[in-house]
Amino acid sequence: MHVLEFEGVGFSFRDVPILREVSFAVSPGEFVALIGPNGAGKSTLVRLAAGFLRPQRGRIRLFGRPPQAWRQRELARLMALVPQGAFLPPTYTVWESVLLGRTPYLGFLGWASAQDNRIAREALQQVGGAHLAERLVGELSGGERQRVLLARALAQQPRLLLLDEPTTHLDIHHQVSVLALLSEVCAGGVAVLAVLHDLNLASTFADRVVLLCDGRLLADGPPAEVLRHELLAPAYGNSLKIFPRPDDGGRPAVLPNPERA
Amino acid sequence: MASAISSPRAGRRPRERLAALSCGLLALPAVAALAAAWGPAEIPPLAVAKLCWSQLAGGTTSASWPSSWPLILFQIRLPRVVLGGLVGMTLAIAGATYQALFRNPLADPYLIGVSSGASLGATLATYFTWRFSWGGLNAISLAAFAGALLATAAIYFLARVGGRTPVTVLILAGVALGAICNAGTTFLIFAAKDAFQSMHAITWIMGSLALADWDRARAILPYLLVGLGVIGWHAHTLNVLQLDEEQAQALGVAVERSKRLLIIAASLATAAVVSVSGVIGFVGLIVPHVVRMLWGPDHRFLLPMSALVGAVALILADGVARNVFAPRELPLGVVTALVGAPFFLHLLRRQKREVF
Ligand SMILES: Nc1ncnc2c1ncn2[C@@H]1O[C@H](COP(=O)(O)OP(=O)(O)O)[C@@H](O)[C@H]1O
Ligand SMILES: [Mg+2]
Repeated sequence: MHVLEFEGVGFSFRDVPILREVSFAVSPGEFVALIGPNGAGKSTLVRLAAGFLRPQRGRIRLFGRPPQAWRQRELARLMALVPQGAFLPPTYTVWESVLLGRTPYLGFLGWASAQDNRIAREALQQVGGAHLAERLVGELSGGERQRVLLARALAQQPRLLLLDEPTTHLDIHHQVSVLALLSEVCAGGVAVLAVLHDLNLASTFADRVVLLCDGRLLADGPPAEVLRHELLAPAYGNSLKIFPRPDDGGRPAVLPNPERA
Repeated sequence: MASAISSPRAGRRPRERLAALSCGLLALPAVAALAAAWGPAEIPPLAVAKLCWSQLAGGTTSASWPSSWPLILFQIRLPRVVLGGLVGMTLAIAGATYQALFRNPLADPYLIGVSSGASLGATLATYFTWRFSWGGLNAISLAAFAGALLATAAIYFLARVGGRTPVTVLILAGVALGAICNAGTTFLIFAAKDAFQSMHAITWIMGSLALADWDRARAILPYLLVGLGVIGWHAHTLNVLQLDEEQAQALGVAVERSKRLLIIAASLATAAVVSVSGVIGFVGLIVPHVVRMLWGPDHRFLLPMSALVGAVALILADGVARNVFAPRELPLGVVTALVGAPFFLHLLRRQKREVF
């Protein structure tokens, strides 16, 4: 069974169409990268998947049901979200912020059990943030905040992770380690749908790449099939050069094209 | 370096919080006894404790104190101290709740006009001598509640810009709404034909516990239990609601339902205390601020600690209000504003970094 399913989904903001006829599905343990130029509708797609927006056409299934049919608390145990540029209260400590991920599991009056504490601590360790635990969120760098958001999502122990540009503020080392962590989580059966801007990261780590442009789904397949010039050119213009990677020919490498900016 | 950073933050260790709560729990009865002892007829604080003890032990009359003392203590001073504690506790919790719901450090029942709305309702009921009652609540309390709820709803819709409530819009809307309500209340005082009604109305505007008695304390108790109970039950929800609404929803909180419930609960509790004490400013603003600055923003601690600090603060303020110019009474709202507002300005200047 699919974890997430879009069937002919159409969505507009006040009569301005944003998504048209989008169909795709994500299975358990799959790492799907969602790519596309600015304004393609990637964030809108993620917000539809999370149930914040309702499609005007077509249907969306989250674990077999429309997102709105789930009780919030139940859904939060199945699906976690790292929104794009999300706000975190600056006076919360990192630890307090990560522990919020246990919210859908907390019992009476919201007290965290020893197990909740352990899971949140492990999540923070997984993103390499154990040393940040007592820092105030307001004192973190953009990349550190991003990792706190990811730790909070991991603490939810979801079966589907939705991530909107999770690597945007990270340096190359942390980009790679976060995506390696996501691959590891996937290997444990969790489905990942991540909006990525870096096509090389998508190529290196994703099982499947979904290309969105102007609200339409232009391609959906393994990196080697989607990251081809004739598919990317309509979305990104003639600004890319694509090579087979010397170490892994199945996963293309994408470089800027110096002749055509 | 890393080890210094990862030591728990000052004020947020469970041990420190437990110690703070214990101190508050001990300070409350001590301050209450001192306030009950303070007045034109001097009753030593120790005698207050002894009188209370003998009352609890079965009311054995003893010759060791003047016969007027029990009357003064149990019919005049204690109801006032108890009511003061309830009012202070409620305003502090309601303030913390509004601040969390509007995600705005300047929301409090006074500044956003909720108290003024309640006060206008109560004055209307007094002026027109409305007589209806419902659920054990008289017309004044019901009208105060309706006023508080209407004012909250008005603020909620007026001050929302794209799903958020910016500080400036919230405060401007609150000030304008409060001014409208206060103008209405003042007009009713002006129009009132007999002095008794005016005296009531001044109580509503300036705040006072002069009308305190056991009946009033008993009458508001159920509403405080329900209102504050609902808020306490949602303490962790308030923590999550400090994120934006989509994140809160993704973490399993039914955002709209919780917000509605919490606004009604805070307005119910505010209306109940305004119906017996009028508009008392700054307690709901400052108390949660101080607690947040010292011990962090976790509402599971913030709410009970604010309740204790608010109760102690208002009992002390009322002691000042009734004794400094005795036999004349200063309106309680004057004391809380005179002490609270400069203190607040001092805090703002000293702590320039974000306090919310
Ligand atoms: N709340 C909104 N109201 C109106 N239009 C919006 C709103 N949010 C996004 N859009 C529009 O929808 C399009 C897709 O936006 P988005 O999904 O954020 O793109 P992406 O994440 O792919 O960069 C953009 O043209 C954007 O201007
Ligand atoms: Mg986006």
